[in-house]
Amino acid sequence: MGFLNRRRVLHAALVVGLVVTLVGTSPAARASVKVFACEPEWAALAEAIAGDLVSVSAATTALQDPHFIQARPSLIAKVRGADLVICSGAQLEIGWLPALLQKANNPAVRPGAPGYFEASSFVLRLGATDDVDRAGGDIHPFGNPHVQTDPHNIATIAKALAARLQEIDPAESSRYQERADAFLSRWLEAVGVWEKRAAPLRGLRVITHHNSWVYLVKWLGMEQVATLEAVAGLPPTATFLSRLNRDFKDGGADVIIRSPYQDDKPSQWLAERSGIPAIELPLTVGGTAEAHDLFGLFDNIIDQLLEATP
Amino acid sequence: MRVNYLKGVLLTLTLGIPHAALAETGIEDIRAELTALRNDYEQRIADLEQRLAVAEQNARQASASSQSSGSMPRNTGAEFNPAIGVIFSGSAWNYSGNPENLAVQGFPFGGEAGPITEGLALGETELILSSNVDDKFAAMLTAALAVEDGEAVVEIEEAWVEATALPAGFGAKFGRFFSGIGYLNNKHAHSWDFADQPLPYQAFLANQLRDDGIQARWLAPTDTFIEIGAELLRGGAYPSAGADNNGFGSYSLFANVGADAGTDSSWLAGVSLLDASPINRASGDEDDPFLFSGDSTLMTAQFVWKWAKDGNWKDRNLILQAEYMRREESGIYEGAGLSPQVYDNDQTGWYAQAIFQPVSRWRIGARFDALSSDNPGDAFAGTALAAPLSDPRRITIMGDWANSEFSRLRLQFTRDESGLEDDNQLGLQYFHSIGAHGAHTF
Repeated sequence: MGFLNRRRVLHAALVVGLVVTLVGTSPAARASVKVFACEPEWAALAEAIAGDLVSVSAATTALQDPHFIQARPSLIAKVRGADLVICSGAQLEIGWLPALLQKANNPAVRPGAPGYFEASSFVLRLGATDDVDRAGGDIHPFGNPHVQTDPHNIATIAKALAARLQEIDPAESSRYQERADAFLSRWLEAVGVWEKRAAPLRGLRVITHHNSWVYLVKWLGMEQVATLEAVAGLPPTATFLSRLNRDFKDGGADVIIRSPYQDDKPSQWLAERSGIPAIELPLTVGGTAEAHDLFGLFDNIIDQLLEATP
Repeated sequence: MRVNYLKGVLLTLTLGIPHAALAETGIEDIRAELTALRNDYEQRIADLEQRLAVAEQNARQASASSQSSGSMPRNTGAEFNPAIGVIFSGSAWNYSGNPENLAVQGFPFGGEAGPITEGLALGETELILSSNVDDKFAAMLTAALAVEDGEAVVEIEEAWVEATALPAGFGAKFGRFFSGIGYLNNKHAHSWDFADQPLPYQAFLANQLRDDGIQARWLAPTDTFIEIGAELLRGGAYPSAGADNNGFGSYSLFANVGADAGTDSSWLAGVSLLDASPINRASGDEDDPFLFSGDSTLMTAQFVWKWAKDGNWKDRNLILQAEYMRREESGIYEGAGLSPQVYDNDQTGWYAQAIFQPVSRWRIGARFDALSSDNPGDAFAGTALAAPLSDPRRITIMGDWANSEFSRLRLQFTRDESGLEDDNQLGLQYFHSIGAHGAHTF
């Protein structure tokens, strides 16, 4: 059979040669655990509790809507080399993470392996529903995935993450424990301060652009009276905004909240007509200059909410 | 914990000492400590409450699932159902001339390539099933339900098993799949940016190369995306045919490189090679086709650039994309009234397109595609294999609206200068998907 003709042998030899060269030149032993975080808050958390024991890269920034991310070549390359993938989960990344995992050829970080960590699975997710008709829009049957806006969730996830890092990198187990403990004691102290400062926000009636703030609302005892999206995940419509204006221009809402990656026009439109102040709150680390780490994130959220309300 | 307790006890004791005995600063310290202590316990209680709530949630889910399975036998296996999705498509297409006259001179098409069905027509309905098989394999089936000549036909579009646990960045897939050559080749029709494939894909790959075989991929352990792949294929589909070499008929090689350029942009570039040895490959007229036997080599080079401000894809974004293909064929052509003739010819094709999304859900796009052929010789003069007098080309513009990521309506206009007569085409197309929908690749 003519299958092994000269040209084919030459092509095969070229490929084998290229693979051998690239394998040969690849860095040998890894110095630290490589963490791939789907969102900046998990990158910040991994850095906060593991410091220089890990090298962290974030797939997205605070200016990007994490529902809509391209499964970019650079992300595939990073997942290929990762020891641990940390994502919010609850289907937040369903449009792109499965494509990355499929293309990255890295069994260590596939769902089910220790290298796959879904942050929202360690906390009580709000809004889980069996009513999963897509006529309702962008529905998350496993509950709201934006769990990072309650600092108690961050504390719970920090403990789970420390345990996972110890499992992946047992040689440094005691150092992960020390750092996680140190982070948690600082964190809990800060939570006490935030809760005291945010006391006046109790009962605050908020309108949010998308349903991204339910955990913050619950934590601070606020009340979410509406979202700008008539159908979750789809852009606000003029008709629906007009109705909100009619419903709330004579009171009933204290502040309108959007995230930095959301179009500012709908909230500004409603703010101008209804007189309700609209603010851009960082949904994650990097959303504003002040939100440079997890502590700054909550400092800034509370500062802005206090400023916006009398 | 114990230290905190001691502190607490001490604090309680010291608070009992008369006020005057303590300095002002001491009182402040004690207050601060007390506050810290209270916060600490509040946090612990909150933690416990949280754990309780999560445990309750899990218990509820467990009881819910045990309740529902209580009414049926326990080993139905229904809980391991794969993800199921269905994609609906259809179109309404109008041609200014007769679509029969749109055959491209010098490039008799194979397989399903050619003009979109004139008038109102149901497109392919895709049924997609996928799941992990176990800890080392995953599988996917795409069955295309279509109407051909008034009869419903089911076609296995893809049916592959993937090895998911290979070490060192290797991946493997086997079964029937879309080849990894080119950029558009392995994209499903519902993720195309235009209703039809560009001319080089129609002419050289009969829209898309899909064959039975094995694919191996390797990813370099680098921060830059470097992917190398090879496929061994049966050789049963255009541009191959006849499953030569006892059914180990053709093979392909591909390499892709990609990276980000800042936070706004990212790119992917690649080259590939397809080597086939067709035997009696049919093309052109379905009832009286040309038959080609010989060697066929296809080379591709492609580049894709995607942009969105701050990398925030949802609202505004831009995709620039171009591919170049070169086919070298030598062998014997016969059929369609042609006595066997030696054919040795090089042909090229390319397209370039831009897709812009100015606001969420709305997109506009333009594409230019063209083919070019050397002259295969006087023996083919007057036949459909002779080189065209001028290079076949088209200009296409489209606008589409996606209410959600699960629905899309598209309006497309094409100025077609690829056939015997120039033609203007206007069409409407829809894609709707229900059920599970896999993540899209870059």
